[in-house]
Amino acid sequence: MSPNLLIAYRFLTAKKRAMLMSLSCTVLGVGLFIVTQATTSGFEEFFIKTILGTDGAMRVEDKMQDTIRSMNAGGGSDFIISHREGVKYIEGVEEPKLVIGGLNQFANVSGTSAVLRGNVVVRSSFKNETAQVFGISLEEHLKVSDLQHQIVQGDLATFRESPAGALMGKVLAERLELDVGSSFLLDAQGQLRRYRVSAIYETGVSDIDKTRVYVHLGEARSLLKRPTGVTFIQINLFDKDRAPQDAYQMQEVLKHSARPWQDREKAWLSAFRALSVSSAITVSVFTLIAGLAMFNTLAMIVLEKTKDIAILRSMGYERRDITQIFLWQAGIVLTIGAVVGALVGIIGTFAVSKIPLPINGIFKTETFQVSWSGWHYFEAILTAAILVMAASIIPARRAARLEPGDIVRGTAQ
Amino acid sequence: MLRCTDLQRYLGQGEGRVHVLKGVSFEALRGQIYAIVGPSGCGKSTLLYLLGLLDQPDGGQIAINGQTMSNNDDAARTAARGAHIGFVFQFHFLMLEFTALENVMMPMRKLGRLTPPQMAERAHELLASVGLADKTHRLGTQLSGGEQQRVAVARALANSPSIILADEPTGNLDVKNSAMVFDLLTRLAKDHGQAVILVTHNPDIANRCDFVRPMRDGVFI
Ligand SMILES: Nc1ncnc2c1ncn2[C@@H]1O[C@H](COP(=O)(O)OP(=O)(O)OP(=O)(O)O)[C@@H](O)[C@H]1O
Ligand SMILES: [Mg+2]
Repeated sequence: MSPNLLIAYRFLTAKKRAMLMSLSCTVLGVGLFIVTQATTSGFEEFFIKTILGTDGAMRVEDKMQDTIRSMNAGGGSDFIISHREGVKYIEGVEEPKLVIGGLNQFANVSGTSAVLRGNVVVRSSFKNETAQVFGISLEEHLKVSDLQHQIVQGDLATFRESPAGALMGKVLAERLELDVGSSFLLDAQGQLRRYRVSAIYETGVSDIDKTRVYVHLGEARSLLKRPTGVTFIQINLFDKDRAPQDAYQMQEVLKHSARPWQDREKAWLSAFRALSVSSAITVSVFTLIAGLAMFNTLAMIVLEKTKDIAILRSMGYERRDITQIFLWQAGIVLTIGAVVGALVGIIGTFAVSKIPLPINGIFKTETFQVSWSGWHYFEAILTAAILVMAASIIPARRAARLEPGDIVRGTAQ
Repeated sequence: MLRCTDLQRYLGQGEGRVHVLKGVSFEALRGQIYAIVGPSGCGKSTLLYLLGLLDQPDGGQIAINGQTMSNNDDAARTAARGAHIGFVFQFHFLMLEFTALENVMMPMRKLGRLTPPQMAERAHELLASVGLADKTHRLGTQLSGGEQQRVAVARALANSPSIILADEPTGNLDVKNSAMVFDLLTRLAKDHGQAVILVTHNPDIANRCDFVRPMRDGVFI
């Protein structure tokens, strides 16, 4: 062990109580930071998983028409200013095959599903509800959603085999008092067709569960009188995080608007972000207290150990050594605090993940969601390191500035 | 070896400013023992701090081995302290959270010339030579004042400094231990050519030194 580290350790253990205050605050700060980040990003990730499993990573819809206006800058120069005046959208994807062909050129695309959507009224013998019908090709749609894991009653095989089968959201089915096997009518502007509930799904997203009815694409075409074209193409990606870049390129190449999930769910995602930042700031108060306690402890040790500092200086220890001795003390507290804090974080995160917490509405879960990420530990320890070390610089420099001559005469201040 | 000329030192501020050293000149040679004697408050400790490069004079010069040290920067003076000077303070001798052995090893660790086992061995020898062979693992707090003082003497010798400055190294010691410490210092001076400068109120000790420098009111007389 280096002499400076040994001296730091002995100085510190001579002031156990003051040091424990700083240490316990570091542990709390690091531990709570980890737990809060694990839960906020746990919920965020769960939310993302849910939205990717329902509305997919990206949707291509609405054909775009650029209107480019060029004008001569005048004055005889051939300087031409051209700018995009605005984009005109034409609703829907008129030629889904062509667009899907284009989409398949993108290496990151793992699946595509053409969807025809329309507003309908669902009529059961009990009551009527307005809803949206989604015409899908089941096999394609399973590649871009988690539909198969969202079935809570009945099964997909029945839907696959029955042309007049339908998948109905749990909330909608309850409102209409429909069970698997019950029949109902879909009414699209006077056009009435009869379907049978093949299965009931639940995504946990209430807006979806109370409005969506899935039928086969061909059925939807007849019902909505749309023999060609679809409303949108839902896309799944291998690398979800690259959705914005891909969307940009798709727009350029395919001339259809492409909306990545990050853009579509911006409001929720920024709410989660704000929550995670605000909880990080809140628990950093503990780390801040740890820093103040460290400052206090070291200032006290400097006062009590001036004689020892003079002895060390008389033996040839340099100013740098004295600074180091005091920074080591902070370093020791920080290291122990970080290790124990990380353990508290691990145990805390595990314990929190077992707490029952039924949530339904934006997603469906029965317990706290947590995410395990090394980044949380890194951020927690980095915050503690910055605050604790910053707090120890002043006392450390003060100790180093002491003149041995002043100390031995008792006039050091 | 060690030479100082016309040292001036003022202490205190404003009204309380005192002219403590009023032009002290002094020379110490290898292998000799010097005693500085004089009434309490005449400036003996102040002079020793200056010679030990712990303090800076307001006038005059200090040279070690022909090199002027008094006007050097802190880093150079610190390095010279570690390599050339062993200092025994008048009060507060030890770092109390450390054992006697660790205290003696402290200067060796900084200098880093020996391996840790060699350091421990040397520290054991030094402690044995001041009669503390069986108390090497006592903490500073578990030693009496006289024992602490003897550990401090052992520590001052740790790096075999060419100059040993001791402010009343036998002040707290009984006759037997005083003699032991003094004999140790004499032996070092004679065998290893170290210069020893000590402050003492003990006339017996002063008389056994090679030179005695009586001091009064900040000057040698
Ligand atoms: N900080 C200070 N301010 C003003 N005067 C001081 C200060 N420190 C010491 N003095 C004075 O300087 C003088 C010399 O002090 P010093 O400690 O060198 O004496 P000394 O000879 O070692 O005495 P003793 O034998 O009692 O140890 C004393 O008169 C003392 O009062
Ligand atoms: Mg004195």
